[in-house]
Amino acid sequence: MVLVAACGAGGRSDDDGDGGGGTTVGVTDDSIAIGGTFPLTGVAAPGYSEIPTGAKAYFDFVNAAGGVNGRTIDFTVKDDGYDPTKTSSLTNELVLKDQVFATVGSLGTPTHSAVVDFLNDEEVPDLFVSSGSLGWGDDPESRPMTFGWQPDYEIEGKVIGQYVADNMPDAKVGLFLQDDDFGEDAEKGVRQFVDDQVVDVQRYTSGNTDVGPQIAALQAKKPDIVLAFTTPSYTALAQLTSLTLGFKPQWYVSNVGSDPALVGSLLEKFSEGAVPGDASALNGVMSSEYIPGMDAPDNPWVQLWQKVWDQNGGQGELTNYRIYGMSWAYTFVQALQAAGEDLTREGLVDALEQVGSSLEGPNLAPYRYSEDSHLGISGMELVKLQNGKGEPLTKVLTTDVGDAEIAEDDSGQADDAPPESGIPDVDPVG
Amino acid sequence: MQQFVNTVLGGLTIGMVYAAFALALVLIWRSTRIVNFAQAPMAMVTTFIALQIIEAGHSYWLAFAAALVAGLVLGAVVERVLIRPVEGKAEINAVILTLGLFIVLHALASVVFGNRYRSFPAAFGIRGLEVGDTTIALTGFDIFTILAVLAVMGLLVLLFRFTDLGLRMRAAAFNQEVARLLGVRVGRMLTLGWALASLVGSLAGLLIAGGSLVHPGYMDAVVVYGFVAAVLGGLDSPAGAVVGGLLLGLSLSLVSGYVGSQLVALAALAILMAVLLLRPQGLFSQARERRV
Amino acid sequence: MTVRRILVQPVVLAALGVVVIVLVLTAVDDFRSVQLTQMAYLGIAAGGLTVLTGLNGQISLGHGALMAVGAYTTALLLQDDEPMLPLLGVLVVATVVTLVVGAAIGVAAARLHGPYLAGATLALAVAVPGIALYFGDTLGGEQGLRVRVPDAPGWVLDAAYFVTGQDLTPSKYVAFLGWGTLVVAYLGLAHLSRGRVGRRWRAVRDDEVAAEVAGISLGRARVSAFVVSAAAAGAAGFVMALSVRLAAPSGYSLTLSLTLLTAVVLGGLGSLTGALLGAALLTFLPQVVTDAGVSAGLDDIRAAELAPLIYGLVLVAVILLAPAGLSAVSAPRGTGRAGPPRRENPHEHSAQAAAQEVGRHDRRPHLVGPGRRLRRRRPQ
Repeated sequence: MVLVAACGAGGRSDDDGDGGGGTTVGVTDDSIAIGGTFPLTGVAAPGYSEIPTGAKAYFDFVNAAGGVNGRTIDFTVKDDGYDPTKTSSLTNELVLKDQVFATVGSLGTPTHSAVVDFLNDEEVPDLFVSSGSLGWGDDPESRPMTFGWQPDYEIEGKVIGQYVADNMPDAKVGLFLQDDDFGEDAEKGVRQFVDDQVVDVQRYTSGNTDVGPQIAALQAKKPDIVLAFTTPSYTALAQLTSLTLGFKPQWYVSNVGSDPALVGSLLEKFSEGAVPGDASALNGVMSSEYIPGMDAPDNPWVQLWQKVWDQNGGQGELTNYRIYGMSWAYTFVQALQAAGEDLTREGLVDALEQVGSSLEGPNLAPYRYSEDSHLGISGMELVKLQNGKGEPLTKVLTTDVGDAEIAEDDSGQADDAPPESGIPDVDPVG
Repeated sequence: MQQFVNTVLGGLTIGMVYAAFALALVLIWRSTRIVNFAQAPMAMVTTFIALQIIEAGHSYWLAFAAALVAGLVLGAVVERVLIRPVEGKAEINAVILTLGLFIVLHALASVVFGNRYRSFPAAFGIRGLEVGDTTIALTGFDIFTILAVLAVMGLLVLLFRFTDLGLRMRAAAFNQEVARLLGVRVGRMLTLGWALASLVGSLAGLLIAGGSLVHPGYMDAVVVYGFVAAVLGGLDSPAGAVVGGLLLGLSLSLVSGYVGSQLVALAALAILMAVLLLRPQGLFSQARERRV
Repeated sequence: MTVRRILVQPVVLAALGVVVIVLVLTAVDDFRSVQLTQMAYLGIAAGGLTVLTGLNGQISLGHGALMAVGAYTTALLLQDDEPMLPLLGVLVVATVVTLVVGAAIGVAAARLHGPYLAGATLALAVAVPGIALYFGDTLGGEQGLRVRVPDAPGWVLDAAYFVTGQDLTPSKYVAFLGWGTLVVAYLGLAHLSRGRVGRRWRAVRDDEVAAEVAGISLGRARVSAFVVSAAAAGAAGFVMALSVRLAAPSGYSLTLSLTLLTAVVLGGLGSLTGALLGAALLTFLPQVVTDAGVSAGLDDIRAAELAPLIYGLVLVAVILLAPAGLSAVSAPRGTGRAGPPRRENPHEHSAQAAAQEVGRHDRRPHLVGPGRRLRRRRPQ
């Protein structure tokens, strides 16, 4: 009987048990198990559910070429429906049951907030969170395993804030924000530059699809420009409601909510054709870009993604969301290469800190990875959407959180082209 | 001022839909003394049927009619198969049964139609009317919503007041034994009552869905709002349900616009408790006293 | 059943339970112990609800909201690395806060019955998450409040190692806490429902008029049942917060309340064994059913909906076919005698059998009571 046998076993040792060689959970000689949580259902699913399909296609592309150091990447996707409580139990499952080496690309600010401390407590690398919250990298000391990927919402707020302050100094500014860190971080950045121009802030709760009262309240303050930090469904709902109310300000829509093709198709269906459903639905709306997307079919990166999708994709066409997933999948492959043959969780994190900021990739501005910051891409360009294409309003602008200055990027990052094979080739560190 | 007008108009439009929903609850309550907590998912299912038809390329109106017919059939089937065995039994049985049906329909819709948010078209324009140089929040579809609910109410009044069938249905609801003695086929009347109620609920579902997103849970809050509206009006009175729906829609829209959209459900709870504890017979019911 | 047996039985059961819990939690891996924690918090809340609905006849669709009160209290007290209270203290505070909230709701609920009570508590379940959103600064809004589970004290780790021969992982620590809470809660609930208080609850459920004639205050009996039930929900919220490491509005949606109701109806209203059985089904069935769905060719997302589909169907079937619940079929009670065979009319059978089995007052809980008959009023 276990009970009897165990009695008197003496004091327990305080040793953690894994010696010091580093943890290799999830890694075998020929495979690496990783996972992530995404909203495949629910209000955040339109668009975002395509992200893991893109990443998977790229991993399959790499696996078909022999994987990384002879190991294939096995990517498990879990659907949390954008519900933090579900994210928590699914991440438990990934870590404790599926025994993944790392989580990669897990999506959402409220959802990932629920699990970020658990992953760090368990010392599971938590890479490239698909969200621009500051929490994924501004404090590597307390969250050493977590890395962001896309530009954080604060720098996006700063960039558009400065643009408005410089170019529309007399404009009245309204803010339409998701009621969580997404909206809050962005507001912090925006207010650095246009605090005195802001006339109204309205917040929506994800899940409540009636935004009429909020848009009516914004309209009452007569803003000249509304900065919307919204997910695609809410971009569409806000546009539709504005149409109903005859509210016609200049709009800026955050990168994460401004995919013209998706928002257009949502709008078209709402209105049964009364609103044009093609990508022209967001004509004139300002947004930002930090990786090349579907509007630049001649870009070598987009051509690579098209090839990957044609070879390894599932149903449907290549979309900006799939490109997004492929882009961080590419970064993950780079990180694995940098970590070398003897892959450990600690080694992966170290490698990213050492070479992360010099990685070449589709990102227009460099990553900020170092020992002091785990934040991702450092900048973006502002664009005006016209028939689905982003026409640049600015050069690529880079900055950092806090009062770091905004400057034009001089690293030449935007000119990087992908390698011939489509698979990165990063030298192992150390 | 514009904000106030628009908030009020938005509230009245959604209030009409709550009124229709409350009316459906009242119809069932009057005939079987059961609150149908599965009303909303039933309407959700019929709305999804309409959406399938629209996405298959057929006209909006065909889908609209099909959803109403589906509602009628669904209501009748539910009454015959599930409700009949618990009629006249302990109240809690019917409550749990309709909640069970709630869960079943939800899950079934997710399995059959998927769990995604999908957009549902509106029949008429979705641009607000222009009055002078301001636009007011009253779209063609809103006007259709109001007219459709009014039309249904009118038809119900005609049915119950001026037709033989309506008279028999009222008799069955009034007193089953007496009605039976008078030769009314009570069972058939109760089935018809559920079918009609389900049709009205389906209409409410279609009207809420128009120009918005639908998913299997999109009507969940309406279960609560419809119930609150019905209780406001006294749960026994069709006219009360209509006024209750309008009042509730208006109050909730004002709360959402001026206090915070997060508190809408809390406001509904507050209104419900105030009515139940202070004036349990509802605002408009003439019943002397009512056990709640 | 002798007085002594009534007093002794739950304690003996609890002691046996503790041994089984230690053995099982020692044997399973971390993932299973997380699942077992889920079973524990569902079981605690369902235990409270089954007492309320089964013994006192009040239905509540708002127990998810009461769990949220317990969970948020826990989260607020566990924000810092160095919590101001030991975990046991947090449990007590969470339970007491929920108890107070439950008392307020109970006073209102005592005046309502049947569908009105169901509707009002339904509104409660839908409304409460909004409070966390509105007071986002304090309560964390949409993304909720993170819960920092303190490390197990050294002596607990040593004791656990001594007994089980393993290091106590954080997940197992929480699992032990959850099951410890469950044992205490069930002991309390069993004690109350077998005593004078429980007899009053049942008397009020069965026949209000008779109970009033016998000098029982209807209001007091109803409010006290609600308060006890709320306290259990608060303790369940405490365990859930520790297990999920988060208190967020989305975790306490209408779905949770309906899940709890499902657990108690499946298990058989009024039976604590049944509540635990229901909680076990709700914890472990989804995986089995989902896997079956996937192998039958459904995609993951649709397959995940099969479990609620089955709950709903079983809920409907139980009401239509066997209102005494599953535990009436599977778990013989007390006397060790197998459950009587099902007959044509399950309602009559359960009332008769119950009356024979446990005597006049300790009537087996059943849905279709002789009291609570439909009161038909004439429409105006």
